[in-house]
Amino acid sequence: MKILTPTFLTYVKVLLIVAVVPAIVGFVIVLAERRIMGFMQVRLGPNRVGPKGTLQGLADLLKLVTKEDVTPARAEKFVHFLAPVLAVIPALTALAVIPMGPSIRLARHVSTPLWVADINIGLLFLLAITSIGVYGIILGGWASNNKYSMLGGLRSAAQLVSYEVPMGLSLVAVLLMTRSLSLVEIVMRQDRMQLWFVFPGLLSFFLYFVSGVAETNRNPFDLPEAESELVSGFNTEYSGVKFAFFFLGEYAAMIIISCVAVTVFFGGWLPPFGHVKALSFLHIVPPFLWFLAKVGFFIFCYIWFRSTFPRYRFDQLMALGWKWMIPLSLVNIVIVALAILWTPGRTDGLVRLGWLFGALFLLMFFLAKLRQALARRDRLASEPAGTRQSALKA
Amino acid sequence: MTITINHFLILSFLLFAIGFFGVLVRRNFLTVLMSIELMLNAVNINFIAFSRRLSDLTGQVFSVFVITIAAGEAAIGLALTISLFRQRKTLNVEEANTMKG
Amino acid sequence: MGAAEAAGSALLTGVAGWLFVGFALLILGTAIAVVWSKNPVHSALFLLASFLLVACVFILEEAEFVGAVQILVYAGGIMVLFLFVIMLVHQRTAAGTPAFQHQWDIALLLLPVFLIPFLYILGTEKFTDIARNPDAFRAVAGRVIGNTEAVSWLMFRDYLLPFEVASVFLLVAMIGAVVLGKRSFEKVD
Repeated sequence: MKILTPTFLTYVKVLLIVAVVPAIVGFVIVLAERRIMGFMQVRLGPNRVGPKGTLQGLADLLKLVTKEDVTPARAEKFVHFLAPVLAVIPALTALAVIPMGPSIRLARHVSTPLWVADINIGLLFLLAITSIGVYGIILGGWASNNKYSMLGGLRSAAQLVSYEVPMGLSLVAVLLMTRSLSLVEIVMRQDRMQLWFVFPGLLSFFLYFVSGVAETNRNPFDLPEAESELVSGFNTEYSGVKFAFFFLGEYAAMIIISCVAVTVFFGGWLPPFGHVKALSFLHIVPPFLWFLAKVGFFIFCYIWFRSTFPRYRFDQLMALGWKWMIPLSLVNIVIVALAILWTPGRTDGLVRLGWLFGALFLLMFFLAKLRQALARRDRLASEPAGTRQSALKA
Repeated sequence: MTITINHFLILSFLLFAIGFFGVLVRRNFLTVLMSIELMLNAVNINFIAFSRRLSDLTGQVFSVFVITIAAGEAAIGLALTISLFRQRKTLNVEEANTMKG
Repeated sequence: MGAAEAAGSALLTGVAGWLFVGFALLILGTAIAVVWSKNPVHSALFLLASFLLVACVFILEEAEFVGAVQILVYAGGIMVLFLFVIMLVHQRTAAGTPAFQHQWDIALLLLPVFLIPFLYILGTEKFTDIARNPDAFRAVAGRVIGNTEAVSWLMFRDYLLPFEVASVFLLVAMIGAVVLGKRSFEKVD
């Protein structure tokens, strides 16, 4: 099998990423999003095209491709064209460094790892490349020559610059544990330490994922395209294939954020608690499927957030980013560094930090539940018996 | 094609010259700032090239510092732009010619 | 390229050399476009392209860390701020004023001031084209490690004080930007 050289296989993998990810976005995620949101809002969701609505993605694609591609009369033509391209390419490029599984054997003497490139600046490269995606939105807003688009673009610029900082800082705390920027090495180290970094890095993970949601302009941080305030923000003047590109860019960015969360915090392709003897049957499932399942869970979280959280106001968003997330992520770095210095040369400190975070998390959870129950009891006690019924009728 | 250090020096010199021209001849304050960034980049290219030729990482460390300086310079410059625009309603550097605000 | 280094030949040869030529021409082209464009948004876009290409040159020169930092800081931060400010002020500036001021004479006068020493140095000085010790380039305490690790060893051990000074500088710049950008109280009616 002379043809299966590493270079050739790399090209194949690149092609697969470029071809498969848009297809997954179009057919799986969009359908899942609409059906899950339908379920959560007690309605059906799309169920007409194909069996149980499975071909809805194809119908959407056909609709978008056949639509007229409108460019506003006084728009900057070239920039208007460039913006959706800039929104998609960085997100697809970033997928190149995501390790989706260990080596698999294709034929005798031919095996290939399930990543395109393992570079020693992996995580930094990811942050750098994904930060270019913002230009799609800013330029799209500016080139449309429409004040609502422009406002959407400006909001997006401010939002993405603000939330990149806590995102980077939360990953710095993890880097203290991994001592490597290579994503493959990060997963390997979690395997060797027998510890997913989400346990000592619970706070990091929380900060990372909240900033990740903000970076992808999703609910509850979808201010750049707030329908009720800005028509639909930066993409108001886009239709047809260009709109589809923006759409693809947003969902590809979601996939990237989920992939990084899985790789850095949830052990990549490793099965949960793989080193525990009683759970060793989990190794039967192929590593790639573990990776896929974990990424799928985070995509589900995105959809879940979208259908349950109300949108932030813009000043609240900025206050959250600058006054809470950034100081918290700085404190987090100090906490993690102290935990590492606690037991120099060994990883016990991180394990203890994991227990501490877990205990704190449970404590906060039960306190919140308690407060909720108390408030409910007070409310029921303070209301006379009749008012509830009349309120329900009205 | 074999690239020697002279090629790097020529690239860096031309980039610096273009940035310098931009600073001198443009009216728009924002473009002047951008030209300054070009000049800083030209310096970085030299640092990186010599760092590898001399097998000394100090050049790379210094180019990180230069990038830091560029970030601070851009922040101050853009704040100046906004305050200039508030005071004068223009970005033309030729009209910003009095000391009184 | 690893084999070429071991043989002690020049550092960028063959395809890498042609890549450098391509990047260099594109960098110069975009840089000229930055200075030439009338619309500041176009200037900013060309500048963004130029930064990304310079990052490519850095990576070609095996400075991956600086390349990534270049993209992260310039493309992710500085240019977004530039575009933000351009959009804040651009709409209302007069479009009719000419883009260039009349300092061409000074610029052309200063050109030989820079060019002559540069050509003199280029002609007389013989710079080395061969890395003296390619392994020392990425080794700390005798152990060969990645570029990022090597740079950070140097930065946090030998250059700790400059690093701290740089952080103080950033703090000062931040405070300065806030003070300059803030609306003065008298202005708010």
